[in-house]
Amino acid sequence: MTAALDVRKVRGDFPILGTLVRGKPLVYLDNAATTQKPTRVLDAIRRAYETLNANIHRGVHFLSERATKAYEEARLKACRFLGAADPREIVFVRGTTEAVNLVARSFVRPRLGPGDEILITHLEHHSNIVPWQMLRDETGAALRVAPIDDRGELILEEVEKLLSPRTKIFSVAHVSNALGTVNPVKRLVGMARRRGVPVLVDGAQAVAHAPVDVRDLGCDFYAFSGHKAYGPTGIGVLWGKAEHLEAMPPWQGGGDMILSVTFEKTVYNRIPFKFEAGTPHIEGVIGLGEALDYLREEVGLDAVAAHERDLMGYATERLGGVKGLRIIGTAREKAGAISFVLEGVHPHDVGTILDQEGIAIRTGHHCAQPVMERFGVPATARASLGLYNTREEIDALVAGLRRVSEVFHP
Amino acid sequence: MSDLGDLYQEVILDHYRNPRNFGPLPDANRAAHGDNPLCGDRLSLQLRMKGDVIEDIRFRGSGCAISVASASLMTESVRGKTLAEAEALFGKFHPMVTGKGGGGDLGKLEAFSGVSEFPVRVKCATLAWHTLRAALQGRTETISTEQG
Repeated sequence: MTAALDVRKVRGDFPILGTLVRGKPLVYLDNAATTQKPTRVLDAIRRAYETLNANIHRGVHFLSERATKAYEEARLKACRFLGAADPREIVFVRGTTEAVNLVARSFVRPRLGPGDEILITHLEHHSNIVPWQMLRDETGAALRVAPIDDRGELILEEVEKLLSPRTKIFSVAHVSNALGTVNPVKRLVGMARRRGVPVLVDGAQAVAHAPVDVRDLGCDFYAFSGHKAYGPTGIGVLWGKAEHLEAMPPWQGGGDMILSVTFEKTVYNRIPFKFEAGTPHIEGVIGLGEALDYLREEVGLDAVAAHERDLMGYATERLGGVKGLRIIGTAREKAGAISFVLEGVHPHDVGTILDQEGIAIRTGHHCAQPVMERFGVPATARASLGLYNTREEIDALVAGLRRVSEVFHP
Repeated sequence: MSDLGDLYQEVILDHYRNPRNFGPLPDANRAAHGDNPLCGDRLSLQLRMKGDVIEDIRFRGSGCAISVASASLMTESVRGKTLAEAEALFGKFHPMVTGKGGGGDLGKLEAFSGVSEFPVRVKCATLAWHTLRAALQGRTETISTEQG
């Protein structure tokens, strides 16, 4: 049993939350787009530049050794964060998008031919659709899409039917960015494994909301972005089983991913370095490691999950009481995002009016146009929760929505 | 809240709720489509030109209050105008909504002057006009707010 989250204390960790927007306190409910950064992360990045700035894995000098150590310590932190067995299974990438592309290119592409299939779901973000379409078009493989029901939940019987010996990858979001649906990943992995289908889990919207243990999930690959987990932008993690990573060809060529180079032949470095060509985002990796420790050790992900579950329930109830408001996506298990539409008002106008009240939400299709189409809406408004949000902020959102109604239905 | 009042003026809300010249134009001889992929706005314009006069114009589509009202008010203000006159109107409308001056003699279109305070909404106000220009120039590709 972990201690409950002290939201007042947590808010103090995030300097930006003191911002006034047109004289009103910022209410930041766009955490699914990106999260704010705690002082601890900002300090770690600054400290890195002030005390150990050097290139890694090559210099013999003091600073380079320090930088390399900090960089590799962050890999250990990411390994612990995901419950992985081996830090060699942690590949630093730019973000989830790059991770999906890496797996598509390096793991799936070599094993894909005409007649083979790629399975995704109707809930996916464009970044877990487009890389597969590109592969499909190159190889003549088929892209299959598992349907969702009216609640925005995957229809498991359909997934079962779509998994076949021809399926070369099943790539699925852990949590939907547009609807907040939490997919039963462990069960899905079980279904896939029985047919020998490898599974990539897009964890971009999951890791900041509840503990993730990749060994418990049983998947083959797991990807997430640092900036959605209170870390810097431009850095993320691809976790992959060592046996897969070992067998995969490199993804980009360059420095750091090689052991030796002649014009005749190059010997590639061992994993994970084989996949980290070029000077990496060193400050990003260090900042990310700090953010993951903040989540895992300082606040505790069980406490985050409990806090956000309370907020999700409260927000769902309060929003349900707003006249003309319809929540899009009513899955039994949700995390992070609540999408909604307001009768007679376009989400874009909702967003503009809320912004006048200092309330930041996202409006649009959330890079998930197939989801919008499934629910027959061109766009939604989306409030998405983070560990620092409060019930008072949900009240402010509801008051802001009343203001929207006043403007549009006087 | 004066800013919000500037943006959502009554004439804009009126044209959003009850768009004028909405629906298909059966005997159209020009057409164009406009998209605002960031908001999911879609606009379809049909015109009947006689010589260089816009004899009739109607639109269909969905979008936010600003984009729908802009399309509605645009159709009203360019109907019966020549090509050159419509261009001239846009020539005044565009600097007004982007905050570069202009306006002052645009009649109902001046309702959009508040848009200049909301830079992210400028595209909503100009989508219909860019689409009109495409129709007048006989371009058939979909006009997107995300090009250029």
